[in-house]
Amino acid sequence: MDLRNDGGRMKRNQPSKLKLAQAADGGGPWITVEFCSCLNKARCVECEILNACKDHHFREEDLFAIKLALEEALVNAVKHGNKLDPQKIVRIQYRVANHRVDITIEDQGPGFNPAELPDPTAEENLEMTSGRGILLMRAYMSCVVFNPAGNKVTLTKFNDGYAEPRAMASTL
Amino acid sequence: MAQEPARLKLTRNDDTDTVQVEFTTRKILDEGNIADIGEQLSALIEREEKPRIIISFAAVDHLSSAALGTLITINNKVKHKGGQLRLSDINPQIYEVFLITKLNKLFRIYPTVKDAQESLQPA
Repeated sequence: MDLRNDGGRMKRNQPSKLKLAQAADGGGPWITVEFCSCLNKARCVECEILNACKDHHFREEDLFAIKLALEEALVNAVKHGNKLDPQKIVRIQYRVANHRVDITIEDQGPGFNPAELPDPTAEENLEMTSGRGILLMRAYMSCVVFNPAGNKVTLTKFNDGYAEPRAMASTL
Repeated sequence: MAQEPARLKLTRNDDTDTVQVEFTTRKILDEGNIADIGEQLSALIEREEKPRIIISFAAVDHLSSAALGTLITINNKVKHKGGQLRLSDINPQIYEVFLITKLNKLFRIYPTVKDAQESLQPA
């Protein structure tokens, strides 16, 4: 994927025809945001995604979960992936629908193998001061998938509080 | 989006020889906040001969793994000085984070400050 340095500005792309076609499965249009490695900018995007989820009536506990997982994924990308290098960018793509939110976060770091991380819940690792981010992402999201290079993660959360309009109608 | 500055409210009770710590920021997320909280607590531990500290989470509605890391560092510093650390008033959503990470096994967590107070061994 071509990740260009945008000189520190955030860049938003309108959904392409391809993305709109992908949204035909009911996931809503994809929105792409790119920004340089800065945690404050990451939090602006976090806020934007959470607001979109609120607009789609995600429950309070789902918003808590998404915020927690997003925070961990963004810190991983900006701090551990891009090492806070302002020349490197983070690309986020997300789409929000009433029944689910999908978010991909990609950094320009070398990537890592999540399978190689020590289990932070093992008795001997409980005092480790880091290494719990991925555990939390997996616990709080419906699905967490890393690309083979380990520099891109896709987070999905289903809105369990969402009832299909048809199903609702049948209960009336 | 600027977050509110990280501050801790420290209340020393000379009768019980304990220090009660309360967060004045609802979200323990921001790197700067976490570093600030870590520094303030480290300074407190330095000052106390045998620290007896109760940290109340009553005001906290969000935290991150980085915040957990800082709490572990604080716990280790307290233990190193032969002190005692208790956590209290953790809401169910935040407590779930402790359960998932199994840090409920590492920290001594009590429903209220009073319960935490009563659990402390004599100095």
